Amino acid sequence: MPIYSKEIIKHFKNPQNVGIIKNPSGAGEAGNIYCGDIMTLYLKIGENKKGEKIIEDVKFETLGCVVAIANTSLLTTMVKGKKLEDVLKIKKDDLIKRLGQPLPPFKIHCSVLAVDALKEAIYDYYLKNKLEISEDLEKEHRRITKTKEELEKRYKGFQAFEKEILK
Amino acid sequence: MKKTITSKIYLDYAATTPVDSRVLKAMLPYFSEKFGNTMSWHSFGQEAKEALEESREAVANLLGAKPQEIIFTGSATESNNLALKGIALANRDRGRHIIISPIEHACVMESSKWLESQGFEITRLKVDKYGLVSSDDIRKAIKKETILVSIMHANNEIGTIEPIEEIGKICKEKGVYFHTDAAQSFGKILIDVNKMNIDLLTTSSHKMYGPKGAAALFIRKGTKIEPLIHGGGHESGLRSSTVNVAAIVGFAEAARICEREMKKEAQREIKLRDKLINGVLKKIEGSHLNGEPKKRLPNNINFSFPGIEGESLIMQLDFLGIAASTGSACSSEKLEPSHVLLAIGLKPEQAHGSLRLSLGRWTKEKDIDYVLEVLPKVVKRLREISPFKR
Repeated sequence: MPIYSKEIIKHFKNPQNVGIIKNPSGAGEAGNIYCGDIMTLYLKIGENKKGEKIIEDVKFETLGCVVAIANTSLLTTMVKGKKLEDVLKIKKDDLIKRLGQPLPPFKIHCSVLAVDALKEAIYDYYLKNKLEISEDLEKEHRRITKTKEELEKRYKGFQAFEKEILK
Repeated sequence: MKKTITSKIYLDYAATTPVDSRVLKAMLPYFSEKFGNTMSWHSFGQEAKEALEESREAVANLLGAKPQEIIFTGSATESNNLALKGIALANRDRGRHIIISPIEHACVMESSKWLESQGFEITRLKVDKYGLVSSDDIRKAIKKETILVSIMHANNEIGTIEPIEEIGKICKEKGVYFHTDAAQSFGKILIDVNKMNIDLLTTSSHKMYGPKGAAALFIRKGTKIEPLIHGGGHESGLRSSTVNVAAIVGFAEAARICEREMKKEAQREIKLRDKLINGVLKKIEGSHLNGEPKKRLPNNINFSFPGIEGESLIMQLDFLGIAASTGSACSSEKLEPSHVLLAIGLKPEQAHGSLRLSLGRWTKEKDIDYVLEVLPKVVKRLREISPFKR
């Protein structure tokens, strides 16, 4: 059996919704403390006919491995047009299930990245618009921020290195 | 990018090599026809024994060693385990201190860690940004209790060739055993165990177009060493196990071919290697060569590309028919970046975007041209989806 399912390879080869949204309704960043992958996700939020908040558009960028890229691509296709409250219920296991084949155990953590960035983007939207933030989302936000801070410490050196060799 | 791939390009010869057809031909009679056990007294056994001793001679020749100084094992990992643990156990009354480099293969690193748990003291020296060990550091690290120095000949990830002749000289002066892991260099560059003052040396068959399951440890005559595997007393009592004659015959044939072709092949590979290195450094912005540019295995290339992740990179290359490897944490079950890349001072993020390309006997110039055409596009594409591009 190959390491990755057809579904993963399909999304990895041809990732959906890559890019940025200018002036997004919300943007979220997440990092993976284990391996150092990072992710930025942008949302454009609108309303459906009932006046409920929905995701009109979503885009992402990542410095990440095969699973990180494939998962985020899959997630973006799942959330477009969906209500925010429903989107917040998506867990990494829902993604893994859809990918069809069990991931190698050491790659499971890569699936968290997409879900975290999405949560952060919604958090950002709520915050900017002074909307009520649930206790659960607040807790998740604190966890993701902590991971990001640790990663930023590591990446500072990286950016200096990049500047130096790009000059 | 080319949509159809006519043939795949294998650029992971440092991981393993295909068996040369000449090697396979030499091995075939030893499965069903000349299948004897080397310990048997009858003609079947004697035929196998003869093949074994001829093989020993061929491997010894490529090292400048005597045949009786070659012990066949099942893998380079086993040879390295035997060298470290065997010397440690046999010489613990003399001292319990061992010196290694921080960029050794996992089997040396882990054997050392185990010896540490058994009361031995391990000094892990520093390396410079190219991965070079300083012979001065070795001189300073050797003390009265030191029994063994183990420094690899050439590194498997970054290709840097260590100054083992200098290290050998120091060890000889100080009366300390010197072991070198030559799994990557044996059959690719010249080794003379006498000129280099080497007491123990590890070789591997499947890195030089021989079969898997055969390897050797050179042990200089008079070296005090304990076996790890006890039994029927094969290999001068240092490695009991029924001898894998077919694999060893293949290993020896591979060594004979290397002896004849090594010099010319190294020149050919260096030309291809440098073409690829220079092309990539020129074409890909921010690319960086890991390892010593000159004191380097003829077939090794290792780059870092900031802003991308190595597993994604090798998967993309695989889709395009190029087989390569990476030191990225994402491709390791331990989720740690390569210890070699960290030891030469790379940040985890730089190791993240690393790529190793290792050339071999069947690498053609048109393969290099194809990589030069495709790799910049793949890196560009991954950078386009990376938030680091700004």
